[in-house]
Amino acid sequence: MDFIDYYKTLGLAQTASPEEIKKAYRKLARKYHPDVNPDNKESERKFKEINEANEVLSNPENRTKYDKYGKDWKHGEDYERQQQNRRRSQGQGGARQGSSGQGFSDSDFSEYFESMFGGGGSGFRQSGRNVKYKGQDLTAELHLNLRDVYEDFPQVLDVNGNKIRVTIAAGIENGQTIKIPGKGSPGANGGPNGDLYIKIQLKNDTDFNRMGNNLHKNIELDLYTAMLGGELLTDTFDGKVKLKIAPETQNDTKVKLKGKGFPVYKKKGEFGDLILSYTITLPKNLTEKEKELFIELKTLR
Amino acid sequence: MENQKLVLVETLCVHYEIETSFFESLEEIGLIVLVRENEGIYISEEKVTDFEKVLRLHEELNVNLEGIDVIFNLVKKVEELQIELALVKQRLGYLNKEI
Repeated sequence: MDFIDYYKTLGLAQTASPEEIKKAYRKLARKYHPDVNPDNKESERKFKEINEANEVLSNPENRTKYDKYGKDWKHGEDYERQQQNRRRSQGQGGARQGSSGQGFSDSDFSEYFESMFGGGGSGFRQSGRNVKYKGQDLTAELHLNLRDVYEDFPQVLDVNGNKIRVTIAAGIENGQTIKIPGKGSPGANGGPNGDLYIKIQLKNDTDFNRMGNNLHKNIELDLYTAMLGGELLTDTFDGKVKLKIAPETQNDTKVKLKGKGFPVYKKKGEFGDLILSYTITLPKNLTEKEKELFIELKTLR
Repeated sequence: MENQKLVLVETLCVHYEIETSFFESLEEIGLIVLVRENEGIYISEEKVTDFEKVLRLHEELNVNLEGIDVIFNLVKKVEELQIELALVKQRLGYLNKEI
């Protein structure tokens, strides 16, 4: 844990007046507010940083303490005691607090802040106003392999200790977010629960390239099969298929296998196509005999 | 429409210490749809998130209601572009792999 220069965070000199602090904070808040930066972790982090800086610098008592002991926080008189408090109040893992929310949880402050000013309950939270009526939305990421979502994928998620059963429908897109209503944090004063948003991150564990519902695959074809035609056994996503290669198949020829692609999201029984591209490999290390035959071929043309 | 859960606007007013007129201004500008039933004014439960977003932008950033409407439209565009960008990146990754 390192010293944090709150003046630098707000782009101010240590001599800044309260008005300048307020102005700088507001300007940065307009830039980094999560409500105007959808799905942007970097600005979410920045927003927390400037809020923390503002918590300290806009409060005369905190600012004095920070100016006096800030750099020597390790030797602060109550550092040890607060360390212990902090350890006690450290929370659970799992889904993090959603970016769309306000209402900071303890974990929104840095370790430095907490060791200096204590955890969340230290009483200079702006006001009770930002307690939300509707509960906090939660966001979580779920990492799956592409193969997992070729079929409906039932999954039990652990969100802050609650087990939630979800089924990821086959054919979901990489980066798609699914909403599970009412599974976020509880509301206040009888307000509805927040929602749970699960962002699906797919890792492609296959040699198919997926583009929407279609799958693409490159197939290497040797020169002779390409020229004379023949048969080839190749993998589709769910089995093998025998391909007829037409004589004189050209390089980069594309073949579409209808319905052998990826399932269409939430349309049971519908599939995209599998598109195969042939790359013709040319022979290397020709023998004398082969060279002679190629020369013969050349003169025939 | 009939199955949607409704929240009494008055409840939100009490919770957030705001006036009913605030909701009427939001309705007028088209930021929120109010439902009037049995002499009560309601908002659909799923629109509470939007309402809270409006309130945050209004109170924390001092944006006026017209400005919030502009922000909502721009944020929607950003989200659409983010989806498009992710798709394009995926395609680009595929092309690069081919080379």
